[in-house]
Amino acid sequence: MMNKPRHIAVIGGGIAGMETASRLAQAGYKITLIEKERITGGHLTQWSHLFPDSSDPAIVVSRLSSALSHQNIKVITSTEITDISKNGQYFNLKSGSEMSLNADAIVVTSGFHLFDASRKEEYGYGLFDNVLTSADLELMMKNEKPIRTASGKKPRRIAIIHCVGSRDAKAGNTYCSKVCCITGIKQAIELNKRLPECEIFCFYMDLRLYGSSFDGLYLTAQQKHKVQFIRGRLSEAAEKPDKSLQIKAEDTLSGRPLRMDVDMIILLVGMEPGISHNNFSRNGSVQLDENGFLKCKDVHAARNLTTQTGIFMAGTCICPMSVSETLENARSAALEVINYFERKM
Amino acid sequence: MKDLDFLTSTPSRQIDYEKFDTRLLDSVLENETSFLTCMSCGGCTATCSAGNLTNFNVRKIGLMLRRGEIDQLSVEIEKCMFCGKCTLVCPRDINIRNVVLLIKKGIALLKTENILS
Amino acid sequence: MNGKYFIIPFLAGMAYLFLILIVRGIRWISGLSKIDKLRLFQSLKSGRTLKSLKEAFVEGLLHRKIFLKNPVLGYMHMSLAFGWFLLIVMGHVEAMVAEGSLSVPFYMPIFFRYFKTTEDFPLARFFSFMMDLLLLFVLSGVGLAMLKRFKKSLFGMKRTTRLKLFDRIALTSLWLIFPLRLLAESIAAAISHNGSFLTSGIGKILSSSQHIELLNTPAWLAYSLVLGFFFIALPNSRYMHIPAEILFIFLRNSGIRLKKQNTTYTDVQVFSCSRCGICLDNCQLSTAGIRDTQSVYLLKNIRNKDLDDEHLFNCLLCGKCQIDCPVGIETIDLRITQRIESTRQYNSSYEYLEINSSPSAKVVYFAGCMTHLTPGIITAMQKIFETAGENYWFFDQEKAPCCGRPLMLAGQYEAASKLIENNSRQILASGAQTLVVSCPICYKVFKEDYHLFNMEVLMHFEYIRRLIDREILQVARSPQRLLYHDPCELGRGMGMYKEPREVLAMTGTLVSIRNEKEKAYCCGGSLGNLKIKQEERDMIRNQAVNDYLEHSPDMLVTSCPMCKKTFARNTRIPVLDISEIITRNMLSPGIPGLTESKECILEEEYI
Repeated sequence: MMNKPRHIAVIGGGIAGMETASRLAQAGYKITLIEKERITGGHLTQWSHLFPDSSDPAIVVSRLSSALSHQNIKVITSTEITDISKNGQYFNLKSGSEMSLNADAIVVTSGFHLFDASRKEEYGYGLFDNVLTSADLELMMKNEKPIRTASGKKPRRIAIIHCVGSRDAKAGNTYCSKVCCITGIKQAIELNKRLPECEIFCFYMDLRLYGSSFDGLYLTAQQKHKVQFIRGRLSEAAEKPDKSLQIKAEDTLSGRPLRMDVDMIILLVGMEPGISHNNFSRNGSVQLDENGFLKCKDVHAARNLTTQTGIFMAGTCICPMSVSETLENARSAALEVINYFERKM
Repeated sequence: MKDLDFLTSTPSRQIDYEKFDTRLLDSVLENETSFLTCMSCGGCTATCSAGNLTNFNVRKIGLMLRRGEIDQLSVEIEKCMFCGKCTLVCPRDINIRNVVLLIKKGIALLKTENILS
Repeated sequence: MNGKYFIIPFLAGMAYLFLILIVRGIRWISGLSKIDKLRLFQSLKSGRTLKSLKEAFVEGLLHRKIFLKNPVLGYMHMSLAFGWFLLIVMGHVEAMVAEGSLSVPFYMPIFFRYFKTTEDFPLARFFSFMMDLLLLFVLSGVGLAMLKRFKKSLFGMKRTTRLKLFDRIALTSLWLIFPLRLLAESIAAAISHNGSFLTSGIGKILSSSQHIELLNTPAWLAYSLVLGFFFIALPNSRYMHIPAEILFIFLRNSGIRLKKQNTTYTDVQVFSCSRCGICLDNCQLSTAGIRDTQSVYLLKNIRNKDLDDEHLFNCLLCGKCQIDCPVGIETIDLRITQRIESTRQYNSSYEYLEINSSPSAKVVYFAGCMTHLTPGIITAMQKIFETAGENYWFFDQEKAPCCGRPLMLAGQYEAASKLIENNSRQILASGAQTLVVSCPICYKVFKEDYHLFNMEVLMHFEYIRRLIDREILQVARSPQRLLYHDPCELGRGMGMYKEPREVLAMTGTLVSIRNEKEKAYCCGGSLGNLKIKQEERDMIRNQAVNDYLEHSPDMLVTSCPMCKKTFARNTRIPVLDISEIITRNMLSPGIPGLTESKECILEEEYI
């Protein structure tokens, strides 16, 4: 090893950042992990179940958290990096005027943020009491709250709406968020487990079930949980006096418009580039791709390299990813960083 | 049943690519290509004000155009109210109102040319 | 050297011009509908003739509106038109005084210095001075016109129109008329050793030439020739706008309007366009790189009979060009009329429409198609109706035909009338006295094209205002800075600028900006444009948003679901409908503490 351990700043304390930091620490590097929230763990701390095995994300988070207690890792929370500049050999990172630190390399793991469903006004999120997002539902289940309508009744019919804020030029996002389809199926199953009497409909445009075990889950949802799938995009929702909702879509397979009264709507919100990306791309050294995610140097050969030498990236700041993909990606980023320094020596 | 009408007006059992009448399609393509990007989500049909009142499917307008089903199209297109809701919900930003305008114009031209039966 | 044959080109041009003008005038007036002819006849008998004459003078000669918009451009037009007019008037007076007679040949004053070489009549020096001064005035305009052709940015204009052959002949002739007149008069002054400050000065320089006498007739001939050319080119050039505009003013002032079909009134307007290009600079389509569909081009295309749908339908119908048109051409009605003509063949009959039974109610609420995609507005309106305890019927809650306005914007007037008839019947059957709408697109058609007898049509904020005035609704003041975006259909379309602002002022602080009211931006979402691409719409919207952000408002407020939806796609500024602002600041009735202190400030839960 080197005499003086290299110092690497990891920006973002979600699972990608935690995994990258711990792997690099194990390899002997000094790490500063900077997280803008109060705690590390990112979106997973708000999540109830992981697909495809319905496991508890808290297990993943706690494993990563304990790995962070490595002596080489320093974790700074409640701090958002606002500026990065290159200063000769090293990078300078600033958080307003409060904090400044130097690093030999940076790994950006700033993640995604969830699409703000209220931007699709016609779906009524924030306006109608019984319109929830997939994240709201996860939190509800995580806190072990019973699934009830705003007025406390057991829902008898729930519609799960795919592609909210994804594949939608009107929302400004034409890409697919990839994980929502399988999340929808997983949530439909979880809902059925809690509300066996409740009818559950998934409104989809295309079911994009890319994982090897995802179609199995789809099959289970149909066979065991009686989840129904309607191929059609929701055009609008209206609230009725009893606070139930009337939704409109086309049943495109029968080619006719469809109206349905439901007690609750779950909007599968997509992933958008993290808002803090602007901080990195402002000075132009780190470029963004056509969707606003961080652009990689080579989509095949250098997925974890940004367009700026010395700045690496991992996880959903690159594109939408599942938990397992994010963790794999973080490990590959750690390897890239190690290679980078070994070549330098 | 009113909704069974579409069965009787279907011109043939199978889609025969070799028998497509592309005249109308070509004329529309000259000025508006955006309808080619349709991914058949059905949002337009669901929101359609005319589709609320009668058996009318905006999404199928583009399909009929691409399949050369001009006879049926000329009947269906009459139902559109031009309100623009379809254009406002389309996730592919297709300029549907213009597509309808061009189809109506194209059909009127074909009619005056006395080619349409 | 005594032959005055050189005036023949002038006489021939003049004769040709008058013949054409008389033929066209007769054709245009006889092409009007019977009722319009009657209107014109009536107005000629009444005092409106004076008004028209005054307007013809103020706009046709002084170019007041261009002056207000762009003083340099205004001066250019005024010096040419008014200057020339004064030259003719003063020339006639001079000739009459010189001849001591009220009847002088009409060509005499035009070539006065050729015929009259001595200054042996009263006030000769004064006239000579005045004529030089006026000529200088006109020449300054010619100079500016030349400058404008070559350097339009000096006039604050980004663009100007392109010229056709006859325009070029007319333009070149016009530019040459006054320099040649100066030359001819200077030569005459040199020969006779007279002239005032301008002509005598130049004359002295010219008199150094030995055979100055030989140049006299050729110079006057050249002057006569360019006058002749100008008159012959005029009817086929943009300068036809001069006589056409005078007729247009008379027709307009007699109350004639375009009524959904072309008459010769269309032609009169088309020919009245001076192609000044003011409509180009203001058109937001230019922001999106669309540069060949603006009103001046539409008029040109109508004139040349080469208008196609791609140009005709690529217009937001926002009305900004109409506001600024110095001639007052009804650009929007003209375009819609062209659309009606273009789509006349394929109006739908909507035989599927049915008349459903209507419940009886005091108020009918028509949300409109667009509002159904902005449920925030519907929710707000329902809350307002319920708070007011109104007996209302939400006509299109489940399903109803469109109001018909989008069809009209597309020129499908006959088709629209089918929807109008159906809706009218159902609305009237409710027995309500009031129709409330929350969409300006609907509002315009309900106000202008529906026949609802005694039923009043209110924009939602008018209805809200009424509830507040009657203390049925109470709203709290908040310190929010609100920037109101005028929807095109409501502002320029219906002239409603004050009413929505008054309602907003009751609950927040209005931010006033330069580009508001008549000058307000179009959001870019317009249903009037059927050809525009989404990226182009975005550019138009962003132009407005960028300006609005400069004034850092807390909230953008509008009163049109279409504008709201369009602005919501740009996430840099929050946007709400006026009804939503009201419900957010509404005080619940029956809570004594709240209803007493109207001034209390509510927490903003929505920043």
